[in-house]
Amino acid sequence: MSGVGTKAGGRVVGSELDRHDAIEKVQGRTSYAADHALPRMLHAMLKRSDYAHARIERVEVAAAEAIDGVIRVFTASDVPQNTVWVDVPGQTLEVGALKARSNVLADEVVRYHGEPIALVAAESEDAALAAIDAIVVEYEPLPVVDDPEHALDDDAPQLHESGNLLAHWELEEGDAEAGLAQAAAVVEDEYRTQFIDHAYLEPEAGVAWRDTDGVITIRAATQVVEHFRDVARILDLPDNKVRLITPYVGGGFGGKEDMTVEPYLGIVVALTGRPVRMVWSRQESLTARQNRHAVRMRYRTGADADGRLVAMDVDILSDGGAYALLSALVLLYSTTCAAGPYRCPNVKIRARTVYTNHTPCSAMRGFGGMQVALGYEGQMDRLARELGIDPLEIRRRNFVKRGDTLPIGQELETVVELPALVDALSERADRPEPSGPRRAVGRGYACNLQPYGRCIWLNDWSSAWIGFELDGTLTIRIAVPDIGGGQASSLIQIASEILGVAPERVSIHIGDSALNPLTGTTTATRQLYMSGNAVLKAAQELRESLAGVAAGLLEVDAERVEFGPDGVSESDGGRTIPFTELLAAAASVNAPWHVLATHRAPKGVPWQADESWRGRVFPDFTYGCHAVDVEVDLDTGQVQVLRYVAGHDVGKAINPQSVEGQIEGAVAMGLGYALSERVVFEEGQNLTTTFAQYLIPTAVEMPAIESVVLESGEGMGPFNARGIGEPPIGPPAPAVAAAIHDACGITLTQLPFTPERVVTAISAGEDADAG
Amino acid sequence: MTVEFTLNGAPQRLEVPPHWTLLRMLRDAAGRTDAKHGCGEGVCGACAVLVDGVAMNSCSVLAPQVEGASVETVAGLADGDELHPLQAEMVGRGAVQCGFCTPGMVLSALEAVRVGAAGSEEEIRHSLAGNLCRCTGYGKIIAAVAAYRDGGGAGEVATEQGAAGHRDSDGGEGAAPAPGVGIGP
Repeated sequence: MSGVGTKAGGRVVGSELDRHDAIEKVQGRTSYAADHALPRMLHAMLKRSDYAHARIERVEVAAAEAIDGVIRVFTASDVPQNTVWVDVPGQTLEVGALKARSNVLADEVVRYHGEPIALVAAESEDAALAAIDAIVVEYEPLPVVDDPEHALDDDAPQLHESGNLLAHWELEEGDAEAGLAQAAAVVEDEYRTQFIDHAYLEPEAGVAWRDTDGVITIRAATQVVEHFRDVARILDLPDNKVRLITPYVGGGFGGKEDMTVEPYLGIVVALTGRPVRMVWSRQESLTARQNRHAVRMRYRTGADADGRLVAMDVDILSDGGAYALLSALVLLYSTTCAAGPYRCPNVKIRARTVYTNHTPCSAMRGFGGMQVALGYEGQMDRLARELGIDPLEIRRRNFVKRGDTLPIGQELETVVELPALVDALSERADRPEPSGPRRAVGRGYACNLQPYGRCIWLNDWSSAWIGFELDGTLTIRIAVPDIGGGQASSLIQIASEILGVAPERVSIHIGDSALNPLTGTTTATRQLYMSGNAVLKAAQELRESLAGVAAGLLEVDAERVEFGPDGVSESDGGRTIPFTELLAAAASVNAPWHVLATHRAPKGVPWQADESWRGRVFPDFTYGCHAVDVEVDLDTGQVQVLRYVAGHDVGKAINPQSVEGQIEGAVAMGLGYALSERVVFEEGQNLTTTFAQYLIPTAVEMPAIESVVLESGEGMGPFNARGIGEPPIGPPAPAVAAAIHDACGITLTQLPFTPERVVTAISAGEDADAG
Repeated sequence: MTVEFTLNGAPQRLEVPPHWTLLRMLRDAAGRTDAKHGCGEGVCGACAVLVDGVAMNSCSVLAPQVEGASVETVAGLADGDELHPLQAEMVGRGAVQCGFCTPGMVLSALEAVRVGAAGSEEEIRHSLAGNLCRCTGYGKIIAAVAAYRDGGGAGEVATEQGAAGHRDSDGGEGAAPAPGVGIGP
């Protein structure tokens, strides 16, 4: 098979369309950010901090600038506006309380290992590298804050003027203490998650140049082309003098949501006039790129004798690292999701995120909603054991349903298909036998909820342009970044479905902030939901315009006009008018044959920094239930995942294969989080700076992952789809924890479940038994 | 120094500093960007190419080491616009997402099938252990490789190389994980 086409007939939406981008990628034809080059291009590199916390006494660049081929070394004082103000990136204006600042280049103090201090521009990579080595930085080391528990102590060194408390959320619904006092069973535990790296295969990269009319044009791997505005502010330029293009991106997962190379490329172009390329090494990426927040959670959960939740008290402390970035928002997701997909009348949540001298934490797939799954699901399993109820049964008794209100005050508007997902998973095969003596197998389940779409008070919107060309082909223009999930190809399917044009005759231009309608960030599981709705709307408006023209030509009512691959026809068959003829007719009567449309998400009342605030936070949620079989080696503690089934209600699968791809990929990432991955710091020094130290799963560790895709027909995306990019990453860790307990009776609450931790817990249990 | 080798069948004569890696020579001297720089330390496999038929991480091979060798990259596999059968299986089975690991993955898989190291699902998994993918969870890649093998990929090339019979007796089983099961609301 080659070329784009639909499989097995049928309509385009819902079919396993071959992705146009995959055909290019599999031949090595795709030009990723680092693959681009320009004549007279410079090479840029960053001098980064060796210390996690230090005062910069002196930066000496003369020797570096004297190296043959080095054009210039920039430090903080060279940057027109050295402060990066992070709003929530994308379509919005200021959101006040969530504004966070960091520096483009470190000024007086460095606050994490790898923080950029100086920027080198040179004629060659070798010259740039030599310059990095020749820059002399004198530091006065400062005490390192590396324990979030102690960051809030009175005598802790303060990392920012505002203190070490970065953000906090507190809410109480009902009376948690009274509820716990009356509960038939109360379980309590502390859960800890670790720092995680995105570890996309494509390191951060980009090329920039000064284009016509002085527009600084940056072609970089990013999830957010709207960062053109942030670069403009740094360069002290009007917004419309910076243009950001993103080619197909080699993986994002939230790690290319904050800016990476963009400001540095902009600075070199603005201050030298030369084109420039910057590519981060894997070591730089692993050392200095944002991580997933490490979180400590304390849960006290109470239920009545039937296992129905009566009260929950949750205390969340997350390590935000050295700069705020998106930590406050990540913590909002943790707060919103802290009780899980369960009804509970009395809930108290205290969530705090603090500054430390660790690499700043920010967005990563699951975005605060996934860490808490280890807590709320661990508690459900504990309650099930305490009360002697089957773990799936106790969940069934507590699932939220349409019309219920989450503790934060959001009413659930769409159907919650968790009972059906549990049914589908509980009918699965018998569990496997252990492969030998001193080996034990176990099965675990976990459920979750995860929002899709941005917080509604950000007033999110997406725009898309669709037009016919004179030869009857179709063009979509939309600034969507495609980070590998099939963001672009799904839009082709939607347009093709409505307008009849075969997918291979649709061309899509993506990821350009100047020439394409803005459509917002490829983050927050929002792109199919938002851009999909924008394309759907544009396609429908275009169809309406052309159907009127076709009705005249066919001499039928407009609603009887059918759009097919060859053109328009009467719905009962008969004559087909080719698109070329239709377009000529449309042009002759000035009927639009291209349309710009905007889809707007539901609007909401902004969050107030007030404990009594309640309301709708997100457009909607996606729910899932996963099951895993593991085998534990009781002597080594090695955990092998034998089989994995992941079920989600996706509303409608626009491309079922892409849906499975999102589920399987997220499960693999979740299993890495469960079993092997961790960013390790020692007094703020990152010790996991290569892929030989930071261990993402290989094909050998991964089990066969089966997706159970339920289509409820309810969701807020096009064709009632729900988002699926992030949701499947939540359940794997708690499911594995439950399976390990089922296999050998140990309760693990600290990620990752490494062989050392597993075998230590087994030994402790066996010693206790022997004693 | 001068390095002479063939790249996807075409003779090359390139001037490069002797400390350059094969990856850097391909990208910066030959202008070919289909081998990807993922880690630069021989772990991720995104830069894998075939050197005399053997998959190697080109970031860990010095340019002069391929003097006289035949180097194949993923760009050389398709026949014009007609995809190589393994490439077609990768596309058709949804094994390509961000695509950054894909060139190295395809070449490692091709070598595995050619030398008979893709007989079972487990063998395929071990053959691809040096190629990291962060997007797919590997299942659809394994399925694509198994389908290519079963579609004659192994036989075709095995005959060429006189290596028929290397496949495991249990290798006929589809290695694909079960497809998603739709259930009604």
